[in-house]
Amino acid sequence: MIAHRLGLAAVRSATKPNVFFSQNIPRMVLASAMSTSQARPVSTQKLSQEEGQQVLVNQRLNRPVSPNLGIYKMEQTWFGASAWTRITGCALSGAAYVYFTAYLASPLLGLHVESAALASGFAALPFVVKGAIKFALAFPFTFHFINGIKHLVYDLGIGFAKAQIKRGEIALWVSSFIGGGYLAFGL
Amino acid sequence: MAALRSSTRILSSSTRAAFRPSAVFSRSMASVSETTEQQPRVKSFQIYRWNPDTPTEKPRLQTYSIDLNKTGPMILDALIKIKNEQDPSLTFRRSCREGICGSCAMNINGQNTLACLCRIPTESASDVKIYPLPHTYVVKDLVPDLTHFYKQYKSIQPYLQRDTPAEDGKEYRQSKADRKKLDGLYECILCACCSTSCPSYWWNSEEYLGPAILLQSYRWLIDSRDERTEARKSKLENSMSLYRCHTILNCTRACPKGLNPGKAIAEIKKQMSLGA
Repeated sequence: MIAHRLGLAAVRSATKPNVFFSQNIPRMVLASAMSTSQARPVSTQKLSQEEGQQVLVNQRLNRPVSPNLGIYKMEQTWFGASAWTRITGCALSGAAYVYFTAYLASPLLGLHVESAALASGFAALPFVVKGAIKFALAFPFTFHFINGIKHLVYDLGIGFAKAQIKRGEIALWVSSFIGGGYLAFGL
Repeated sequence: MAALRSSTRILSSSTRAAFRPSAVFSRSMASVSETTEQQPRVKSFQIYRWNPDTPTEKPRLQTYSIDLNKTGPMILDALIKIKNEQDPSLTFRRSCREGICGSCAMNINGQNTLACLCRIPTESASDVKIYPLPHTYVVKDLVPDLTHFYKQYKSIQPYLQRDTPAEDGKEYRQSKADRKKLDGLYECILCACCSTSCPSYWWNSEEYLGPAILLQSYRWLIDSRDERTEARKSKLENSMSLYRCHTILNCTRACPKGLNPGKAIAEIKKQMSLGA
């Protein structure tokens, strides 16, 4: 078998120029002088599960946590739909809570926040300010609403291809801006 | 075997050298005429450095400049060149250099990927920024501590579990359709690119399993030969293990193997709620 291989290798390498001859001689001399078994002055220590965990914990006390939000692609973190769904949700519910609390406390504080007073007060504002205030409420609503629907579609297991994700993201931002703009200035 | 190899080389090359003594020089002649009259294309790499020998020193970015004409096309080629020629203390994991082993996972220009599968961007002159996988404990430079990640993998029992013996007493057979369900799942190399791209995993990595492990979890859930599906599902039935996924889908965008962890997680959620 070995003799057969030797013959084969000789035939194979005979077909192309070989430069190993001069390089291999010193290597072979070195190799023959070395022993094949290794003796290393290393001793290992048996650790229990808990002790191993403790070693890891102690190591982690020294190790820094690698940067995350600061370095990851902005469109996947700061401008990701997930973060903005939370922000818009908080904005909407926060605004509602602020208004409801103000409504509850208005008789005590002597404020007038009932619908009629709000409507007349709002009507007196210039058009741009009216639009801006409406947009500040309409955009969170459209974004949250449309992304909510998108998530219902995700729950069906649809729309997970990379291209679909990209298109969905663009469609979400564009449609919620247009929708918000329409609610703010169109109506 | 190695010894055998080199001896065959000597045997064969001695006969060759006798015929053509000039063969020894042919190679060096060729390499001289290779690169002449080419403008150097210098690219700068900013690489995250932290040394455990000086733990009080803050992590920093170090800039290295190399000529792309003398470098391979991939980020990993550049890293190896820097380590070989400029700074041997630069530390990173690498092994197969072809996207099979998953060792060289890192954050390149803000995107988790494998350095060996990521081209050096030549279209822009801006620096390439290289960080270790985000929100991991750093062992040194670009080497993250993945102990917890592997522990989580172990926790889902990633192996076939069944009680009934095979019908023919030889192997557990599976229909072609059932086998096809495993495509896109078994290819995962556990490089942790997806898990460490997930903000949800950043903030809850102690309890949330993360996309890579959930993809593997799904791989065993839908394996027709596995008989522990219910037990596997009930393990995921809590607020943290699975349901910290908010379908952010950074995982799918990050996967260097083109797999779809986001889809796998959605399928698990569907299975859990429909009881299918």
